[in-house]
Amino acid sequence: MHFMLLLSRQGKLRLQKWFTPVTEREKKKVIREMTLMVLARPPRSCNFLLWRDLKIVYKRYASLYFCCGLEDQDNELLTLEVLQRYVELLDKYFGNVCELDIIFNFEKAYFILDEFLVGGEILETSKTAVGIAMEEAETLQETMEEYMSKPTY
Amino acid sequence: MSPSVRLQEMIRVIRGARTQGEERGVIQRECAAIRAQFRQADNGTRSHNLAKLLYVHMLGYPAHFGQMECVRLIASPRYNEKRVGYLGAMMLLDEKQDASLLITNSIKNDLSHSSQYVQSLALCTLACMGSAEMCRDLAPEIDRLLRASNSYIKKKAALCAVHMVRKVPELGELFTPAARSLLSEKNHGVLHGAVVLITELCERNPDTLEQFRKAVPELVLMMKGLVMSGYSPEHNVAGISDPFLQVRILRLLRILGRNNDTASDAMNDLLAQVATNTDSSKTAGSAVLYETVLTVMDIKSESGLRVLAVNILGRFLLNNDRNIRYISMTSLQKIVQTDHNAVQRHRGTIVDCLKDQDASVKRRALELSLALVSAVNIRSLMKELLLFLSSCPPELRAHTTSGIFNAAERYAPSQRWHIDTILHVLTTAGGDVRDETVPNLIQLITTATELHCYTVHKLYRALITDISVQSLVQVACWCIGEYGDLLLRGECEETEPVQVTEDDVLDALETVLQSHMSSPATRGFALTATMKLSTRITHNVDRIRSIVSIYGSCIDVELQQRAVEYNALFKKYDHMRAAVLERMPVIDKSSPGHTNGESAGGTIKELEPTKLTQEIVFPQEPSNQVCDLLDLLGGSGEPFQPSPSLSSTAPGPASSTAGGDLLDLLGGLDVTPAPPSVTVYEKNGVTLKLQTDRQTDTGMTVTITATNSTDGDITGLTLQAAVPKSVQLQMKAPSGDVIPAHGLGQVTQTVLLNNPNKVSLKIRVRVCYTSQSSVCQDTVQIDSFPSTAW
Repeated sequence: MHFMLLLSRQGKLRLQKWFTPVTEREKKKVIREMTLMVLARPPRSCNFLLWRDLKIVYKRYASLYFCCGLEDQDNELLTLEVLQRYVELLDKYFGNVCELDIIFNFEKAYFILDEFLVGGEILETSKTAVGIAMEEAETLQETMEEYMSKPTY
Repeated sequence: MSPSVRLQEMIRVIRGARTQGEERGVIQRECAAIRAQFRQADNGTRSHNLAKLLYVHMLGYPAHFGQMECVRLIASPRYNEKRVGYLGAMMLLDEKQDASLLITNSIKNDLSHSSQYVQSLALCTLACMGSAEMCRDLAPEIDRLLRASNSYIKKKAALCAVHMVRKVPELGELFTPAARSLLSEKNHGVLHGAVVLITELCERNPDTLEQFRKAVPELVLMMKGLVMSGYSPEHNVAGISDPFLQVRILRLLRILGRNNDTASDAMNDLLAQVATNTDSSKTAGSAVLYETVLTVMDIKSESGLRVLAVNILGRFLLNNDRNIRYISMTSLQKIVQTDHNAVQRHRGTIVDCLKDQDASVKRRALELSLALVSAVNIRSLMKELLLFLSSCPPELRAHTTSGIFNAAERYAPSQRWHIDTILHVLTTAGGDVRDETVPNLIQLITTATELHCYTVHKLYRALITDISVQSLVQVACWCIGEYGDLLLRGECEETEPVQVTEDDVLDALETVLQSHMSSPATRGFALTATMKLSTRITHNVDRIRSIVSIYGSCIDVELQQRAVEYNALFKKYDHMRAAVLERMPVIDKSSPGHTNGESAGGTIKELEPTKLTQEIVFPQEPSNQVCDLLDLLGGSGEPFQPSPSLSSTAPGPASSTAGGDLLDLLGGLDVTPAPPSVTVYEKNGVTLKLQTDRQTDTGMTVTITATNSTDGDITGLTLQAAVPKSVQLQMKAPSGDVIPAHGLGQVTQTVLLNNPNKVSLKIRVRVCYTSQSSVCQDTVQIDSFPSTAW
C-alpha cells in the first residue's frame, strides 16, 4: 500500500498515512486528485479505479471516504476487507464511531492505525489484539502528577 | 483537567470559523502560541501543543517549525510525549529532512527499552520513515528483536525488516535465517509478518528464493490448517478463517511455484482444495478465491486446475457485485493471450458488461473485448463495439476507435465491410480518431478498385449531410476529387446512385473550402480535389479556374501556394494537366523506404505512385514529375527548375511527413572503398562498365565507361538513366559522344545518385549510338549493385 486517506464528503482531509517517502507538494497534489476522483464517483459504482500506475480502492462509510493507493500485486478485494477491519476497530474503540470522533481524536485514530498497519502491510489480523494493545498502552499514559515528576531529559 | 481538552477546544474553535479567512486567523494565533510554548521551559503541555500543531498540519497549513519539537519529545522519558513525538515524526519528518537523522539515536535507545510499547513506537516509526542510513545502522537491532522477544514485538520487527529490505536490499541476507525460523510461530500476526518478509526476500534475491522453495510443504500445511479449521472468533471474517493470512500465503506460494515444476506439484492439491471449498458469497471469500486463481494461472499447474480457475472467473463475471465483475475481467485480461479459447467462452457476458453503467467496468470490458476479436467473431463483435462507441464515455473514445481500427484491419472479412466500418466510426466519433486514419483509409479505398463507385457515393452523401468531422471531410474530398467522374455518371451497382450535376459537386467542395469549420488541412484537400475535377468534368472547367485563381491570394500560405501552382498548371503547363491529374494507381501500403520495384518501367511519361505513404501531397507531384521527366531526357547538368515555387513545397499541416521522408537521412552505414567496375552491357562491340563510388551515407557516384572493340568508331553515343522514384539522379556531361575504335579510347559519364531512403538501387540505362551507319538503341537494367555499394 502506498497511502491511505480519509476524506470527508466536503473534501476535507481527516487522516493521511503515507507509506512511501513523498514531498509535501506531491502529497498535496495526490490529495487534491484523490478528492476530485473519489468524490465524483456515483453511488453504486465499482470501488476500484486506476490512477497513474496505482490501483485505487475506496469505500464510503457514512460521511467519510476511505481511499487507498495500491501496487500492482496487491489484492483489491482484500483491501476492501482491510478498510472494513479498520472501521470495525475504530467502532470498537470509540463505540459507534462517527466522523466527529475521528476529527476530535485524530491522534487516537492514528494510534489505532499504527497497531493495524505498518509500512503499508497488515500488522495484526486478530480482531481483538489491536483493542487490547490500545488499552494497555493507555495505562502507560501517566497522570498529571506522575507526568510532572519525571525529568524531561 | 484532562489534558486533551485544550486540543479539542482548539479544534472546536477552528471548526466554528465561518470563513476561510477567519479560520486562517485562528490558526495563525494558535501557531504563534504554540511556537512560544515550544521555546519555553517544560510546563507539561508540550505533547498537547504538538498534537495541536499536527491537527493544523492536517488542515494543510505549514508546520515545519514543529520538527525539532518532535525530536525533543521523542527523547523524553514520558510515554505521552514519546507517543506524540513519534506520531509527529511520522507526519512531519521524512527521510529527506535533516532532522530525521537526529532521532536515530533515540530510536536506538527505545528499541531496547524495558516497555514493549515504547519499543513498538520506535519500531513503527522506523518502519514508516526510516531512511537507508538509519536502516543500515539499526538492522542488527531488528535482527535481535526478530529472534528473541515476545510475539507483539516480533510481528512489528518483521514488518520493520520488510521496510529495511525495501530500502537496502543487501540487508536481506541478514534477515533470512530469522525469517525462516519465524514460520514455526503460532501467532497469526507474527506468521503474517514472516510471510510478508519472506515474500520480500524471495522477490529480490533468486538464491533466497531457491532456499525457501524447501518451505513449500510447510506453507501448504499452514494453509490447509486455515482452510479446514473450525470457527475461530478472533480471526474469522464472513466464514473465512484469517483471509489476510491466507491471501499472503497464496501470494508467496505463487512466487515459489513460478517456473518450478516440483514446487508447483506440491501445491496443486491445496489450490484445488481452496478453490472448491472457499465460500465466495462475501468479499473475504472472493478475495481468497481471486488470489488462488492468480496463483494457479501463474505457476505450472496441471490443466484441470487451470480449467477450474477459468471457471471461477467465469462465475465471477456473472456475479451481481460490480467489484467482482471488475476483478474477473482484470484477471481474464491477464490470461487472454495464453488461454484464449477458455476466455472466448465467456465472450457473451463480457460484451454485456460493455453496457454496464459503471465507467471502470466499461473500460475493462472494452479492453477484454478488443483482445477477444478474432476472424470468427469479427462481424458480431464489431456490431457490439460500434454500438458501444455511440454511447461510450468521452475518455474511452480515442481508445475505442483505435481498437476498432486495429481489429478491422486484422480481421476484415471483406473490403466493403472494412470501408463501411471505418466510415461508421468516422461519422460517430470522427473527432477522436488517430491522425493516420485519413491516409490509411485513402489507401484502403484505392485498393478496393471495384468499390470506387460505391465509396464515392457514400462519401458524397456524408459530405452533404455534415462537414464538421474533419477526417471524414478530408477523405470525402479526396474521393470526390479522384472519382468524381463515377459520381457524375449517375449509375452505381452497389448502392443507390445520386443524380448530381457538376455544379452540385463543385458546390459541395466550395462549401468545405469556405466553411469556418474546416481546418487548413481540410481546405487543402478540398482545393486539390477541385483541381483534380478539372480533368474529370467537362463543362465547368472555368469555374474551377476561377476558384483556383481566387485562392491564389489566400492568406493561408499553404492554400496560396497550391492555388498558385494549380494556376501555373492551367496557364503554362496546360498540356501536362491531364497527365498530372490522372487517376492515381493503387497505393502500396508500405513503410518509407520501400521501393515499388520497376519504377522506371514503361514510357517516360508514366506517373509513378507516390512513395509517401503517410500523407499524399499533391503539390509535390507536379514538381517531382516535371523534374524527373526532364532528367530522363538526359544530358543537362542540373534538373531544370520551372519555377521556384514548384521546387520545394513547404509542408502544410497535414503533410508534415512528406518533407520528412525525402529528408530522412539514415546514418550509420560504413563507407567502403570503391568496388571495381562491373561490366553491365556488352553488345555489338560496345561495352559499358559501371563503377560505383560511395561519397556519403546516401550519395553515390556512378561512372559509366563505354568502350568500343569494333573496327569503326561509335558515334552519337547518348546515355540515359532512370532510377527508382525516391532516388535522386543527376547526370553530368559525358566526356564525349564518340568512342574510338579498337578500344583506343573511352567515353565516361558520371551520374550522381542520392538515395535517402536507402531503397534497393536499380538503374535502367538506355544507350543510343550509331555503329557502322546503323542506329542502335538498347536498354539494360542493372538490378544488383555490388554488395559493398550499400
